[in-house]
Amino acid sequence: MGLDFSIVPDYLDIILLGVAWTIGITVASALLSFVGGIFFAVIALYSPWIIRQPFRLIEWVFMGTPLLLQLFLIYFGLVQIGIDLPAFVAGIIGLGLHFAVYNSELIQTAILAVDKGQMEAARTLGLSRGEALRKVVVPQAVNAVIPPIGNNMIALLKDSALVSVIGVSELTLSAQRVIGKTYRPFEFYLVAAAFYYVINLCMEWVQRKIERRIAVSR
Amino acid sequence: MDIELMLKVYPFFLKAAWITILLSVLTAGLGLICGILGASARLSRFSIVRFLGAAYVSVFRGTPALIQLFILYFGGPQIGIQLDAFEAGVIGLGINAGAYMTETIRGGIISIDRGQREAARTLGLSRWQTTYKVILPQAARLLVRPLGVNLNMLIKATALVAAISVIELTYTAQRYIGSTYKPFEMFLLAGVLYMIIIYATGRGVAWLDRKVRIN
Amino acid sequence: MTEHTHFVEIRHAQKSYGALEVLKDISLNVERGQIVGIIGSSGSGKSTLLRAINDLDPLTGGEVWLDGIQVNKSLPHRQYEKHINAMRQQIGMVFQHFNLFPHMTVRENVAMAPKLLKEISKEEANQLAAEQLDHVGMLERIDYYPSQLSGGQKQRVAIARALAMKPKLMLFDEATSALDPELVEEVNQVMKKLAEEHMTMIIVTHEMDFAASVCDRVLFMDKGVVVEEGPPEVVLENPSQKRTREFLRKHIEGAS
Repeated sequence: MGLDFSIVPDYLDIILLGVAWTIGITVASALLSFVGGIFFAVIALYSPWIIRQPFRLIEWVFMGTPLLLQLFLIYFGLVQIGIDLPAFVAGIIGLGLHFAVYNSELIQTAILAVDKGQMEAARTLGLSRGEALRKVVVPQAVNAVIPPIGNNMIALLKDSALVSVIGVSELTLSAQRVIGKTYRPFEFYLVAAAFYYVINLCMEWVQRKIERRIAVSR
Repeated sequence: MDIELMLKVYPFFLKAAWITILLSVLTAGLGLICGILGASARLSRFSIVRFLGAAYVSVFRGTPALIQLFILYFGGPQIGIQLDAFEAGVIGLGINAGAYMTETIRGGIISIDRGQREAARTLGLSRWQTTYKVILPQAARLLVRPLGVNLNMLIKATALVAAISVIELTYTAQRYIGSTYKPFEMFLLAGVLYMIIIYATGRGVAWLDRKVRIN
Repeated sequence: MTEHTHFVEIRHAQKSYGALEVLKDISLNVERGQIVGIIGSSGSGKSTLLRAINDLDPLTGGEVWLDGIQVNKSLPHRQYEKHINAMRQQIGMVFQHFNLFPHMTVRENVAMAPKLLKEISKEEANQLAAEQLDHVGMLERIDYYPSQLSGGQKQRVAIARALAMKPKLMLFDEATSALDPELVEEVNQVMKKLAEEHMTMIIVTHEMDFAASVCDRVLFMDKGVVVEEGPPEVVLENPSQKRTREFLRKHIEGAS
């Protein structure tokens, strides 16, 4: 059949719309994953045993099963219990929760890694436990956690392709739609890959900028 | 919860789990080969080979594995590559996993103290002798755990081949969700099997890690 | 072609990293059985010079000759690799941080290179390892792993490992600098023993007393040049150069 990229421009509008959706879904899921990650981490570190355990189970399930399977569960499961959400919302919830669990792991490690002496020093100065956490421990943990969370967000971008399977019209599904019309899978998947790659490079660039900033403040 | 239904369909899930395991094993093997080749390229003394290695890592880690799989499976015939879904799954995921393993293996090798290489070269060992007698045996020990993380990710990534209709665990769950409208039950079946596979693999990795660390 | 009548001959050694010149036209001759000490502050280029002798840090200019053969010959890559591996088998080196192979036992550390590179059987290599370890007083630790040894013991094993290749020349790069003070003497004893056996040695050190007691000749290096060289009693006790005197004075103050 051979390759023919000359028809690509004719369908670029559909692809670009997909790019916009992919960026939107990635940003929304990323925000959810930050908030959720902090929430899960606080529960894991500072809540009583009885509350902690169910969350550990959730964490365990999210880390032990594939994201795609989780997306199916959330999409079809919500319908089953009578909540009929648009596919893209289910996708954002699925991606957001999945990465919230991974972010939570990072946040916990970062908080625990802040030297005990820091807390002790702050308490010696007369700060309360809460104040010491807010003023001394958290700022240091934030610096430690930003680079690995950046990696998670880059992974999230790529995993956002999975929501095409539950029918969200992001970049991958847009490419699929165009392919349905043109029967040119190689060309259009390659175009989609190129867009992902460019977004990915932009994210890596931002990540490096931020990391350099942090390196100075440490 | 519809226990009766679960009991009825679980043999199909069990069969699918074997496919997932087979996929994981083959993908891991291919990934490891690609990872070793990739790491060798990244550490080559020729800048062009180093560039090719870096490009491999950047492109395959910089785009979704799902798209890579689609290009291979659906786009492959356009450039004369005809693969069935299972073959495409193994090759696509294997090459993708190899890009991640490349970085892991490279990291392990460069973390070996420079003095080790120097000491070996000073004794008169060649580059290659130094690598396989001194560097690799030490790197291999350090690599068990991080490669275990790669393996864990890879097992979960095998779910992607559901999108090209390989009848593994996720595809099976998806199909039965569609036909029974019981997403929780089907998720439970597939999820438990995934977690057993992941858990067993994790234990295996931990055992191997302890074993190589003893000396 | 110039005659090369000295055992080790360094001619116009020059080395720079970009604009930074770390060795400036250094020439040095060492005769068979001689022991030469190199002293100087860190950054003086003394380690770089030592590591240039077996081409671990290649020179950017100049030549190194050992026993009539040029070590840093310019050859196509493949041939050069063969040549340098053969040369390095004749030049033993001991590092500041020992660089023992942690995944091998003491025996394997010593026997590995002879087994690989000399045409001897496994038994012969092990026998050789045992002899060398006996020589440095480490025979009873032959089946230990490096992590189970003290710093001084590790360094003695490292010396045995180098000696097992039957080198013509031994290079010591601050062999006792990383050791706790109480462990220095056992390593010095081994080096003295080698001196009595007339091993040719070039020793980079910061221990003036040791240099005075074993070296036939001492070089003081500063900023990439040899400032002063001569018998230890002259260079270390009665130096003619101001820079040498300053270095020695600071060194004594630092040590006490």
